[in-house]
Amino acid sequence: MESSQSSMEGLKAELRKESRRLKLNFDELKSGGFIKQTQKDLFTVRLRCPGGRVTADKMRTAAAIADKYGRGEVHITVRQSVEVPYVNYIHFDAVAEELRAVNWSVASCGARVRVPTACAGCSYNPNGLVDTQGICAEVDRRYFGTPTGHHKFKMSFSGCPIDCFRTREMDLGFQGMVEPKLLEDLCNGCQLCVKGCEDKALRMEGDLPVRDDSLCVGCGDCVKVCPVDAMVVARRGWLARVGGRHGKHPLFAYEVANFLTDDQVYALIETTVDWYRHHGEGRERIGAVIGRIGLNTYLDDVVRPLGVEIVAQADQRRKYWAGGNLYDSK
Amino acid sequence: MTQNSAESELDLRGVLCPLNFVHIKIKLEEMNSGDVLEVLLDDGEPMRNVPKSLKQEGHRILRVAPEDGHYRLLIQVAE
Repeated sequence: MESSQSSMEGLKAELRKESRRLKLNFDELKSGGFIKQTQKDLFTVRLRCPGGRVTADKMRTAAAIADKYGRGEVHITVRQSVEVPYVNYIHFDAVAEELRAVNWSVASCGARVRVPTACAGCSYNPNGLVDTQGICAEVDRRYFGTPTGHHKFKMSFSGCPIDCFRTREMDLGFQGMVEPKLLEDLCNGCQLCVKGCEDKALRMEGDLPVRDDSLCVGCGDCVKVCPVDAMVVARRGWLARVGGRHGKHPLFAYEVANFLTDDQVYALIETTVDWYRHHGEGRERIGAVIGRIGLNTYLDDVVRPLGVEIVAQADQRRKYWAGGNLYDSK
Repeated sequence: MTQNSAESELDLRGVLCPLNFVHIKIKLEEMNSGDVLEVLLDDGEPMRNVPKSLKQEGHRILRVAPEDGHYRLLIQVAE
């Protein structure tokens, strides 16, 4: 820790000096889109790709930068970013200029709100329930780069409970969900919804399907399969998860609220980052803060005041979890 | 429940996803809109996936009848 911090200080001093010499914007460098490599003077340029959505125009620019200043290759990161490795710092200005020409910029590292990730969502994925790309772009516009004062802060958006974007591993994760409702007059009793439910949350009682909310994860398959449109969407929104992380010591996030609107998602992000900034100590992630001072404190401080549908009981979370394989499970 | 006589039949017992859906799609494309196709589909994965995909493509499932270990579906070609 000590040595990595002092080497960080050394790097910062080096960058500051170089940025003066090259008339570079030190803040741009410091934001962390230029990441020091093992090799002397070489950096990886991490590009800002919210939701992994990049125009062909920008991709051509990334390719051109790789050809001119790198080694003719890019790296696709696990969080949907395009990085150009092997760029010498003396070319930072030229790289920044090429990026500006297509209205692009570098991503961040360090103790900041990172570029959010997202799946394709409802725009063309048949499982998608919500517009993940739309909200991801807006969250990036509003919150990217916000300093947390402690450590990184990652967010992702999954369009359905299959959760390809691993909202459970995020500091804040949002996953699309629907609440199905049966219009009994239209139902013909065909049972396709019961067959289609992977969670066995539907069963027939007489001629009609009945839903068990303690098993239903809100995937909407029953709505999608119903041939007579008797099963419809009563509510659609975001399930919020908080306190997840990956890395050396992974943590599984807690579900904390159901059926959030987009505006409630923005409000939850703002108050959660504030809460983290205020309660965090040193370089701990928000999951560690919650572990230290308690989930209930977070719920009382952040979720309850928003007036949203809170998930406060452990048994409300059980249906989202297959069980087993958790180190501290009893 | 609607009584429709099928213009065509497909026995897809033992055919896995998504091949069963592809067979149905090819057959439906040969048919006219409003025509009815009768399909035998295995319980489990096929019953979970195929009807949903058919609805997404605009076709109507008129009838679902359980039989021994499989289902008999009547599918009406999209308008």
